[in-house]
Amino acid sequence: MTDTPVLELRNVTKTYKIKQGLFGTPKPLTAVNDVTLKLNKGDVLGLVGESGCGKSTLAKVLLGLEAPTSGEVLVDGKALGGQDRLALARRIQPIFQDPYSSLNPRKRIQDIIALPLRVHGVGNEASREKAVREILDVVGLPARVLTNYPSQMSGGQRQRVAIARALVMKPEIVICDEPTSALDVSVQSQILNLLGDLRREFGLTYLFISHNLAVVEHLATEVAVMYLGRIVEKTTVANLFDAPRHPYSQALLKSVLTPDPSMDVPETHLGMAYPNPIDPPSGCYFHPRCPAATKLCETRAPRAVQDAKGLVECHLHDEDVAMTTA
Amino acid sequence: MTMTNLDQTVDPLLQEIVGPTPGQRLRGRVFGHMGLLIGVGVLGVLLFIAIFAPLLAPHDPYAQALMSRMKPPVFLGGTWEHPLGTDHLGRDYLSRLIYGARVSLMIGVIAATISGVIGTAMGVAAGYFGGRVDTVVTFLINVRLAMPVVLVALAVVAVMGGSLQVVIVVLGLLLWDRFAVVMRASTLQVRRRDYVTAARAIGASTPRIIWSEIMPNIANNLIVVVTLEMAHAILLEAVLSFLGLGVQPPTPSWGLMVSEGKNMMLFEPWLVMIPGAVLFVLVLAINLMGDGLRDVTAPEDRS
Amino acid sequence: MTDKPILTVENLTIDIPTGTGTLHAVRGIGFDLKPGETLGIVGESGSGKSLTSLALMGLLGRSIKTRATTMEFDGVDLLSASARAMRKLRGARMAMIFQEPMTSLNPAYTIGDQLMEAMTLHGNASKADARKRAIDLLQKVGITSAESRMTQYPHQLSGGLRQRVMIAMALMCGPDLIIADEPTTALDVTIQAQILRLLVDLQKEFGMAMILITHDLGVVARVADKVAVMYAGELVETGPTQAIFDAPSHPYTRGLLRCIPLPGKTERGTELGTIPGIVPSLVGDVSGCAFRTRCAHATPACRDAIPVHTAPGVRHSFRCISPTGFAEADDTPQSVEASV
Repeated sequence: MTDTPVLELRNVTKTYKIKQGLFGTPKPLTAVNDVTLKLNKGDVLGLVGESGCGKSTLAKVLLGLEAPTSGEVLVDGKALGGQDRLALARRIQPIFQDPYSSLNPRKRIQDIIALPLRVHGVGNEASREKAVREILDVVGLPARVLTNYPSQMSGGQRQRVAIARALVMKPEIVICDEPTSALDVSVQSQILNLLGDLRREFGLTYLFISHNLAVVEHLATEVAVMYLGRIVEKTTVANLFDAPRHPYSQALLKSVLTPDPSMDVPETHLGMAYPNPIDPPSGCYFHPRCPAATKLCETRAPRAVQDAKGLVECHLHDEDVAMTTA
Repeated sequence: MTMTNLDQTVDPLLQEIVGPTPGQRLRGRVFGHMGLLIGVGVLGVLLFIAIFAPLLAPHDPYAQALMSRMKPPVFLGGTWEHPLGTDHLGRDYLSRLIYGARVSLMIGVIAATISGVIGTAMGVAAGYFGGRVDTVVTFLINVRLAMPVVLVALAVVAVMGGSLQVVIVVLGLLLWDRFAVVMRASTLQVRRRDYVTAARAIGASTPRIIWSEIMPNIANNLIVVVTLEMAHAILLEAVLSFLGLGVQPPTPSWGLMVSEGKNMMLFEPWLVMIPGAVLFVLVLAINLMGDGLRDVTAPEDRS
Repeated sequence: MTDKPILTVENLTIDIPTGTGTLHAVRGIGFDLKPGETLGIVGESGSGKSLTSLALMGLLGRSIKTRATTMEFDGVDLLSASARAMRKLRGARMAMIFQEPMTSLNPAYTIGDQLMEAMTLHGNASKADARKRAIDLLQKVGITSAESRMTQYPHQLSGGLRQRVMIAMALMCGPDLIIADEPTTALDVTIQAQILRLLVDLQKEFGMAMILITHDLGVVARVADKVAVMYAGELVETGPTQAIFDAPSHPYTRGLLRCIPLPGKTERGTELGTIPGIVPSLVGDVSGCAFRTRCAHATPACRDAIPVHTAPGVRHSFRCISPTGFAEADDTPQSVEASV
């Protein structure tokens, strides 16, 4: 493993202007707030957080679909802004949540999978067809589906087609945005197994966005917890799931409903003060819902603390703060 | 499937479920839709009549015969020499009706094409690019909607002089509003789909995305608007001609025929009723076809 | 809690006519429910679990044929009840909570109007009483400043709050039975836990019976007293929750449990279990075990009538040709083609 991370985000911020009402002045909504992340080759970074926390915006920034307001995205140490879109597309590809929306219903499967090759002008018609057949085999679909339309296939098969389309250009990084949450339980595991196999076979790096923590625990090597645009904790899977440090991570883990009938529905002690991202709370963004919040949390935003156990953004784990208050 | 040890040739549950292709499904739906079939059938007949008008018309539509004016149609005691009678200049009414189909259909098709191109370009651009493009297009649509079509058309024709070409162009330049509104809304809807995002992430160019990802998925709405606007244009031509500012005599136009017959309407009502009836049938057929096309091309659900 | 069931369903069949034949969506299922009890119906899409709940509420269209030996709610035969009688039951005594609160709340009316309507429509309650109860219930479901929420419109609330409003609305007339169809599927995990907690607490407080329909085994395990596992229109396994999770007996139930990563049990990064194949078409004649096309133990005998066996545990039964449900055999499919 080389020292240069295959994908790196440095202080990436994405702000949207939200107009309220017809004559309201636009207010800024910071969807991604000063995010710094590194992915090494072969990593699976699980990104977890509530809907609206900025996960999907971050994915769009990584795919080059949205330009960050500030900060930079580096692929192999080179700034993304300097690379042209086609070069970027060869290296980073997405897999979406809903296989019913991610495939054009008016196209045949062969044309859907071949689109990246056509756009990038790879090979001729014959070599492209060969590549499509190969990748179809890799994702475990029989060649007879090539002439099918998406409406003739099941949800799991469609998701396999979407994976084939993402992989046909042999990218290094795949952004999986909730790739199994629209699928039936019995199909989910097959797609998860496939994603795991493909990673080992092609040395892929995944950014795995999911709200299903059990799945993230199973597949990821690292986890980043996002809250209101900020990464509040980032560490290895083992650290996070065995000993979460941020109160929000703890609440998230507590909310996971393992199929254990001897246990009750957990009490998260989170409250319902879900903050408005246009008008975030003062101090620590999480303090209105945090069971461990103190006076300090209301006024001062915690700084990111990086130590042997990973990164965490909470006053409870900031030694300097602990000393001043003690 | 090879996973079970069941004898799969006899087990009905093991048959793979492969639904029909979109094409097959469309065919199935088309032949199950009565309204669409009637609309297409009637329109086909009228189109046939328009194309082969010289072969079908019993007389020259322009030939006047002042000695045999205002002959009644057969069903009102006329002769088979002039099945639908003659008009105030003695011209064969059936022949004029047959040639009039050419005028109506030509106006409908060409005007709808011109306005379709303008409106679709504007609507798709507004829906896809959003932002300022959308603001400008929406403003233009609103301006256009604020103009009374008939008055504007009357004014332009009054200045430019009435002729078939002028009427077609004026209607074409006026009737794009519905195209723009519908195409904008459909594009907005489709561009949010993940397959458009996927194409962008692949690096596909904007024209390619619009042409191969967006257009095929909004084409069904486009077809419906085309039919509506065809009917609209045909009716407007009739209105303009009736008011004397559309197609000029002696061109055989159904609107003009109604106009020329209106003076004698109380005594010879068939002069107005016959062209009025075919106009009604044509517009009804086009609308039946449009409704039918909307039904059969509606996007498939998830089942 | 009495021992007399408030809801009894026996041999419920739902047939849907389609262009290519009759879709046998639900085939001969039965269960009962006592006051205060929670039944979890688990199944994947197309298993017929939502149709079952709509049939109970009398909300299926006329073209859909519903038959049953018994379908009785507190002495009322739901199949023969008049449309008027059903309207009286719905909302007043049986209430439903749907998956997507945004589509089940009317965007044109305030929360308060919709809550109060649920009560004034049925009861002889005055507007003032209804208003008082609405505010009480909003507070009960954990909504702060309930008075001001009454004048808000659904789009002004977050998904979690809307689902709380839906729950409050379902409770307005003090129903005896709540049917919750995937009530938390559209919500975030933390909010899911909060909403489920709320449902369970309210159910205990009011002593209601509840049918919880979900695809999430975790939700069922934590909330339900008893479980019915549904596959392709049939109940393949039923029993007390603990018994089913301790000793899943039908190959499908075992397969489902292997498909999900179990934190603390499944080793991270390992292959998960799978159920190959797809749900069969239920159009036309359907006989035998519908799971045979995906079962590792399928034999030609699976095409015949399938007996119901009793598994370890009280009232725990399953439908399989093997009296043990092949629990002793290896469930790994012989060969797998990715047909999903």
